[in-house]
Amino acid sequence: MIEAVGLTKRYGAKTAVYNLSFQVRPGAVTGFLGPNGSGKSTTMRMILGLDNPTSGQVTIGGYPYRKLPNASRQVGALLDAKAVHGGRTARNHLLSLAQLSGIPARRVDEVLGVVGLQDVAGKRSKGFSLGMGQRLGIAAALLGDPQVLLFDEPVNGLDPEGILWVRNLMKSLAAEGRTVFVSSHLMSEMALTADHLIVIGRGQLLADMSVTDFISANSADFARVRTPGSEPEQREKLTTALTEAGGQVLPEQDGALRVMGLPLPRISDIAHETDVRLWELSPHQASLEEAYMRMTQGAVDYRSTTDQRAGLQQPLPPGVQPPMPVPGQGQPDWYAPPPPQQGGQPFAMPGQMPGQMPGQPPASPYGAPAAPAAPTGQPNPYAQPAAAPAAQPAPTKSEDAR
Amino acid sequence: MSTPQPPLPQAAPAWQAAPAPGSDLPAYTSPIPIVRTTFLHAVSSEWTKIKSLRSTVWTLGVFVLLVVGIGLATGALVANSSASLHDDSPLPLGFFGLLLGSMCIITLGVLTTASEYGTGMIRTTMTVCPSRGRVLAAKAAVFFLIAFVITLVTTAFVAFVQVAMVKDSGAGDPTGEQWLKATVGVSLYIALLGLLSLAIGSIVRHSAGAIATMIGAVLAPLVIALFMMAESLERVRNALFEYSIPSQLSVFYANSLTDSGPSGWDPLWIILGVTAAAIVGAWLLLEQRDV
Repeated sequence: MIEAVGLTKRYGAKTAVYNLSFQVRPGAVTGFLGPNGSGKSTTMRMILGLDNPTSGQVTIGGYPYRKLPNASRQVGALLDAKAVHGGRTARNHLLSLAQLSGIPARRVDEVLGVVGLQDVAGKRSKGFSLGMGQRLGIAAALLGDPQVLLFDEPVNGLDPEGILWVRNLMKSLAAEGRTVFVSSHLMSEMALTADHLIVIGRGQLLADMSVTDFISANSADFARVRTPGSEPEQREKLTTALTEAGGQVLPEQDGALRVMGLPLPRISDIAHETDVRLWELSPHQASLEEAYMRMTQGAVDYRSTTDQRAGLQQPLPPGVQPPMPVPGQGQPDWYAPPPPQQGGQPFAMPGQMPGQMPGQPPASPYGAPAAPAAPTGQPNPYAQPAAAPAAQPAPTKSEDAR
Repeated sequence: MSTPQPPLPQAAPAWQAAPAPGSDLPAYTSPIPIVRTTFLHAVSSEWTKIKSLRSTVWTLGVFVLLVVGIGLATGALVANSSASLHDDSPLPLGFFGLLLGSMCIITLGVLTTASEYGTGMIRTTMTVCPSRGRVLAAKAAVFFLIAFVITLVTTAFVAFVQVAMVKDSGAGDPTGEQWLKATVGVSLYIALLGLLSLAIGSIVRHSAGAIATMIGAVLAPLVIALFMMAESLERVRNALFEYSIPSQLSVFYANSLTDSGPSGWDPLWIILGVTAAAIVGAWLLLEQRDV
C-alpha cells in the first residue's frame, strides 16, 4: 500500500508535483499515466525516498521509504533501465544488490532465469540493448521478492514476447496480493494490464479511478455513418434528420459522419425513413487511448506540431491540390468532441479544471488554437463544437513550456 | 476482570490488517528469509562492486606499474652512477614514483563514488539501501583497505629492492622508524588522500570534475608558489610550499622540500583531519540532497 498525502516537489521556480494525494492498493495493478514531464518519475523517486518532497509525504505500509525496515525486501523498483554501471556484468550487478539487502546469492541466478538473461549473465551490461537493460532492471526489482513493486515504463524497448511477459508478470504479481504500480505511455498496454488508474497532468491529480470508469467518464462511444460520396445532399439530409432525432452529428474529414447519442438501429431506421442510402454504419468503441487523450489534452507540456518546412517548399504547380494531411497530425483537438452528457467539459476533479491549474498565467492573447489550418483552407472541423472550454488553454501551455 | 478475551479479538484483526490496511487480500509474504541488514552487508556489496570493474584493475595496475617501474629505474640509475649516497638512507628514492602513482589512487577514489552518479547506479543502490550513510561508510572502508594494502605492498617491495640495489653505492642502513614511515606511513597517507578524493567525488558527483579538483589540490599550491616572486608574499609562498601535498608526502622520506613546516608524522594528522572533515561534509550532503 502506497499512500501519498499532499505531495509537492519544487525545483527552484518549477513545480514538478503539486499537492498530489493518492493511494495504491495491494492486489491490483495500478497504472500511472500522464504526459511527458507531468511529474510521474519525480513522484516515483519521492515514493522511493530518492527525492525529498518539498511538502507533503508519501509512505509505504505506513513508513516513509527511508524509515522502512528492510526496505529492499518490501519494495522493488525499476526506475530507469540504464541505472546500472555498464562496466559490471549482469550477475555481478545483481550480486552486489543481493549482498546489500542480505539476499542469498543463488537468488541472483533465479531472477536472471526469470527475466531470461541467464545466457548473458557474464556479459557487461554496457553492451545490452534497451530491452535487455529493461529485463535486468526488472530482475533487480524482483530480487528481493518484495510486497510492493514500482515500474517506470517497464515495456520500453521490449520485444513483443517481452511485452506479453511483462503484462502477465504484472497481473500475476498483483494476483499474489502485491501492490503493483506501473507507469507507461502505451495506452493499449495499460488497458490490458491495469485495473486502476492514476492520471496526473502538470504534477496534479487528474483522475484516480478504475480503468472502466475512466473510459466511460472520458469518452463516448459513437457510430460512424457514411453516405454515398457522390451525393453530398444525402449527407446533409441525413445530418438534419439525425439532429432532429436527438443525435449529435459531427462531420469527419473524409466525409463520414460521427453520430453520438443514437443507437445503431435507430440511425438505420432514420436513414431508411429519409431515403438515404448508407455505405457504412459501424460502431466505434472508445479506447483508453482516446479517453486519456481527451483528459490530458489540456495538460500536455510538449506538444508536437506539423512540420511546416516554411520557405523550403517549392510552390505547387497551378492546378495541383496539396495532399490531405494525415488525420490527427498537428491537430490537438482530434479527440476533442466531448461526450454530450457532460456539456463540453470532459472530466474534472472537484473544484478544479483539467486544463486550468492554479497559478498558471491567463490564456495568451493569441488565443486561437495553434493548430495550423489544413492547406485546403478548410478550418479544422473538430475544433468547432463545444470542446472549447477544455481545448482552448492547450496551445498557451505548450508555449509556457519553453 | 473475568473475561480476558476482549483485548485478544481486537488485537488479532489489527495485527492481521497491519501489512495491508483496507484490503481483503492477504498481504504477500516472501518465502526468502528476511535478514536484518547491517554495515557488513554493505561492505560485501561494495567489495563486489569495486572488484567487478575493469577501471579498478586498470587504475591499480597503472599505480603498481608507476611506483615499481619508476622506483626500480631510480634505483638502477643511482646504483650505476658514480656518485655516492654518503651514508644517506636510500628510501627517498621511492618518492617520485609514489607521487605520480598517487594520481591513480585519487582517480580510483573519485570513481568509487562519482561513477555511480555518472551511470545512475546510485539510484539503484539508494533504493536497495536507503541508509545512505551506511553506503558511504562501506565505500570508504572498502576503498581505504584496498588502497592501503596495495600501496603498502608496492612501496615495501620497491623499498626492499632499492635498498638491495644501492647497497654498493655507499648508502646507509635505514633505521626502523625510517622503514616504518616510508612504508606504513606513506601508505596511510596515500590511502587517506584517496579517501579524500572519494569524499570529493561524493560531493561533486561528477567524475571528471572531482578528479580535476583533486589533481588541482595536489599540484596547484606548488605551481602557484612558483610564481609568487614578490617579497611581501614570501610567507604565503612558504606556507604553500610546505603544506603542498607533494611536500607533505616527502616528509615521510625525511627529505622535505623545505626545512620548516610539517615534520615527523605531522602530514598524517593533517590529511586525517582534512579527510574526516570532507567525509562528514559528504555524508551531510548525501543525507540531504536528492539522489
